[in-house]
Amino acid sequence: MWKTVLRRILIMIPQLIILSILVFFLAKMMPGDPFTGMINPNSDPKTIAHLKQEYGLNDPVWVQYGRWVGNLFHGDLGQSYIQKVPVASLIWDRAVNTFWLSLVTVIITYAIAIPLGITAGRHQDQWQDQSIQIFNYITLATPAFVFYILGLYIFGFVLGWFPVSGSVSDTASEFFGILGSRLYHIILPAILCALITTTATVQYLRTGIVDNKVEDYVRTARSKGVPDKVVFNKHILRNSMLPIAAFLGTTITGLLSGSMIIETVFSYPGMGKLFLDSIGQRDYTTLTALIMIFGILTLLGNLISDIVMSIVDPRIRVQ
Amino acid sequence: MAEETKQDKQNKPTLPASGFRVVAREIFHDPTAMIALIIIILILLFTFVGSLFLNSSQVTQINIADAYYGWGEAGHLLGTDDGGRDIVQLLMMGGRNSIFIGVAITIITECVGLVIGLVAGYFGGLTDSIIMRIVDFIQILPQMPILIVLVTVIPNYNAFTLVLLIAMFGWTTTVRYYRSFVLSQSGREYVLASKTSGSSNLQIMFREVLPNITSMIIIDVVLTIAGNIGIETTLSFIGYGLPSNVPSLGSLIGFANDPVNVTTRPWLWLPATILLLAISLSINYVGRALQRAFDARQREN
Repeated sequence: MWKTVLRRILIMIPQLIILSILVFFLAKMMPGDPFTGMINPNSDPKTIAHLKQEYGLNDPVWVQYGRWVGNLFHGDLGQSYIQKVPVASLIWDRAVNTFWLSLVTVIITYAIAIPLGITAGRHQDQWQDQSIQIFNYITLATPAFVFYILGLYIFGFVLGWFPVSGSVSDTASEFFGILGSRLYHIILPAILCALITTTATVQYLRTGIVDNKVEDYVRTARSKGVPDKVVFNKHILRNSMLPIAAFLGTTITGLLSGSMIIETVFSYPGMGKLFLDSIGQRDYTTLTALIMIFGILTLLGNLISDIVMSIVDPRIRVQ
Repeated sequence: MAEETKQDKQNKPTLPASGFRVVAREIFHDPTAMIALIIIILILLFTFVGSLFLNSSQVTQINIADAYYGWGEAGHLLGTDDGGRDIVQLLMMGGRNSIFIGVAITIITECVGLVIGLVAGYFGGLTDSIIMRIVDFIQILPQMPILIVLVTVIPNYNAFTLVLLIAMFGWTTTVRYYRSFVLSQSGREYVLASKTSGSSNLQIMFREVLPNITSMIIIDVVLTIAGNIGIETTLSFIGYGLPSNVPSLGSLIGFANDPVNVTTRPWLWLPATILLLAISLSINYVGRALQRAFDARQREN
């Protein structure tokens, strides 16, 4: 068990290093440097040249890279070009919003996907299964942003059930007022996001149940007189849930970094929206930091998935 | 020996054809798949043949005086956009561009992915490990953010660059898809027999193994086209896809990013949304019908 985890973490280190080199060169390709956030049109070119010298921008590339990684480890992500504040604090505010949206989305995803997967697997090829397959096909085939736009139009504008932008309304006060307003703003984007994310979970759960139904242990349980309900809910379900647990990691990071589209459609002030705003304003320090964060999150998500997988399925552990 | 080669010659052309035939049979026997196929053909006619009659510089010419005509006003069936351009004409050209780009990306990723997948799966061992490490790494990269940054920093950016950029990430999925199948084939008797009789690796890969995956290629091409149209329109939707003077379904739907357009001017974005939805749903349906046919054939064998 620990060997597997250790091996997995060791694989992650070179990935992390290559990722950081890639992001560093992407950052070098962008115009501007760390001081563009501090200077103004009245700055003396000599001062800038002096600053560049002092901060080592004339050093060889690999020295600069080393320094950049060092700063990264200290949580220093640089100064925002436009907002004139440290990038770290700028991202932190947005990360909190994205975290809440993702959390609610994950909860709704599983609340929808697990019952659907179980029903489809249990009533294989019957009408329940067929309708769930149609639902699955639609969520898989529809481009996410088309789904969001239509949802926003129908439920936000035509029916007017939900707010169409922002994360909390200005009039909300007190703890519960703000909490309620937050939830109210999150609920429609979260449901739309969840619906489009369910496909894989439903499909895996269904396949798992269909495959497990014909296994020997199920036949044994049946033949010794275990009631049908118990066979399904205890024996089959437990074995079919294993791959779902493994998906959790990738689902969460997918949502954190894939939140760009939903946040744009709903003007929700999260990390994805920050990324697009920053690119619109050419705020390159913020962009570099965000790409690095998205990359690290994806790496961590894969790590969590693999570890969970090795916990629930001993067969894939390294001996 | 002579007899064998004769028989070989007779069998060879039918091998890949049988895949196509099963595929065609399955489509014709599934009424929903037929409807999906007809929808695809109608959309292709509308977009590709329709835009033959259009002059692209005329369509994209901005004429503020005609801006924001509503449905059917002043001879514009679906109204006009903020630059006075006719929505029907933009739909034709945008649809054509989006489909064309989806197909172009797919051609590149399929060719690259197929060759690399064959090599990785056939040789296995170290070659496979190295290729799969690279594939793994590209797949964990945050694709959308990197694409958007590259779109903004690359000089002389155009539609062709966009195709290359998206393909740069896309080939990895294709490699994975073919590699696992080729891996399972590389130990089969026919491969071993061919090897013993002295065929070169290249011959085995492209003349023996490749014909076995024709139906897989058809399915993957269909589904990947749909996926790539999705990626291009998503990028254009947020404003970092096709350059602004090239119409795309994504940028038409992007009008919905403005709340005023969402409520008061639905003709700007709703038709494009429906067209894209129709394209995605029908291409995916055909792809899935083909996949079912293929799975059924695998079970028969």
